[in-house]
Amino acid sequence: MFATGTSPCASRKGATAREGFVLMSLPDPSFLIIQALNGLTNAMFLFLIASGLSIIFGVLGVLNFAHGSLYMLGAYLTHQCVSFFVDVPGYFWWAVILASLAVALLGGVIERLFLRRLYHREELYQLLFTYALVLILSDLAKLIWGTDQFSVSRPAILKGAVEIFGQYFPKYNVVIIFLGPCIAFLFWFIMLRTRWGRMIRAAALDRETLGALGVNVNLLFTVVFVSGSWLAGLGGALVSPVSAIVPGMDVEIIINAFIVVVIGGLGSFWGTFLGALIVGQVYSLGILVLPRLSMVFIYVLMVLVLIIRPWGLLGRSLQR
Amino acid sequence: MLLEVENIHTAYGLSRVLFGVSIKINAGEVVALLGRNGVGKTTTLRSIMGLNPPHIGSIKWRGREIVGLPPYEIARRGIAFVPEDRRIFSDLTVWENLDVAIKSSGAKGPDWTLERVFALFPALEPIRGRRGGYLSGGEQQMLTIARALMGNPQLLLLDEPSEGLAPIVVQQLGEQISRLKQEGMTILLSEQNSEFSLSLSDKVYILEKGEVRFEGSVDEFIQDEETYRSYLTV
Repeated sequence: MFATGTSPCASRKGATAREGFVLMSLPDPSFLIIQALNGLTNAMFLFLIASGLSIIFGVLGVLNFAHGSLYMLGAYLTHQCVSFFVDVPGYFWWAVILASLAVALLGGVIERLFLRRLYHREELYQLLFTYALVLILSDLAKLIWGTDQFSVSRPAILKGAVEIFGQYFPKYNVVIIFLGPCIAFLFWFIMLRTRWGRMIRAAALDRETLGALGVNVNLLFTVVFVSGSWLAGLGGALVSPVSAIVPGMDVEIIINAFIVVVIGGLGSFWGTFLGALIVGQVYSLGILVLPRLSMVFIYVLMVLVLIIRPWGLLGRSLQR
Repeated sequence: MLLEVENIHTAYGLSRVLFGVSIKINAGEVVALLGRNGVGKTTTLRSIMGLNPPHIGSIKWRGREIVGLPPYEIARRGIAFVPEDRRIFSDLTVWENLDVAIKSSGAKGPDWTLERVFALFPALEPIRGRRGGYLSGGEQQMLTIARALMGNPQLLLLDEPSEGLAPIVVQQLGEQISRLKQEGMTILLSEQNSEFSLSLSDKVYILEKGEVRFEGSVDEFIQDEETYRSYLTV
């Protein structure tokens, strides 16, 4: 999981919570609020990534392991663009736009050239292919950018912090918290209120029938894969100022994104949103209780969901 | 000649279903494709639509070969398929089911609008906001035909529309199909229910074991007692 702005384990924490079960003499509530806000920021990043993963699965039926790799490329490319355009005003935003679009384009190439040939095959082939992509893209990133850690500084207008109940919270994170619901709303609007959205939902239910009605489903699939890839690239681009850009961030995020969709329900839009909120909060509040084992809470939660509602909180028991 | 199917052989994997089926349809005709379960009626329609392209034979639509075209291209040229199992998009509302079938490009047929479709199937109008999954069998059948019409087709491939419907609903459906016929729609109607289809059709093809066993007008068919009995009644 990425660190957000104020590192949760740092200074303040160490003083209040001791490891083990010593329930901390509750830290002052304002700190809890900041921690919840950090969780919310994480949740928004998770939502960006997981929603792309979920829609690609829901419509194309492909579980894209390489989704995290696209996110990683988004972050690396943002770093690259930022160092190119450092003299241009608003360079950070240009970098975010360019990097996410480049990732979307790469997604289009992957779908058109390779994935398309695998739709009629068994799912195993698709899994193997996307897993191969994970390995290829991660080595490619190492070849180009090496194994050093990069970081991108926050855009000038969003440097600094806002004060919330006497605690400081980075402005950049505030923007992310607002951006998440905006993207969710945009998505919801497209899916339910536009013709493209209706066709995408129809394709998810029955691609053959939709094709027989005169819709070029292949094109629709490319559009969906490109949009999903763009969301992954955008997530990577936006996370670059608050998280280290390192090899391995691809695998880390894909695991978290899988947990989100498993909890929320794979293919379910609101499930993904809910899953992201839950995982974000469980992680950032769990870290206050057992700093070393904060991920364990999330795994336990996932296992519980899998036992009680294997199709996820808002998923359907049988989708296809 | 609107559609000319010539000697098509179609297989699902290794199991061969059609052995040289030929069918001719003129504009404005209603043609019945009759036969028992499993003789290849659905496969014939799916072959025409490009969903299971034949590996031998040709299908000419207005004189041009369409074998090998993807289904969406065939649909855009003016052929619509109404599948036997209806295939309503269950999570989409009635209106949404109709909306996704409007073609942005393609053949110019008679102009079907939402109003015209609701005029033909008045039962659909009050439930336009209901999800496809919550419709009755009869409503679903109307919706699949309505959905196919939204694409302004010149030829309607109807696969066993009367299957699984109550007699009263079948009768209604018959009236709706004959209204379509009066408006000039060309229809290839696959059926087991010969009574239902013969009353609507101009021409008859009898299919058995993937081959055409009889072709002719409805009158010829009814007079040809031997064929009539051996292929339809049990």
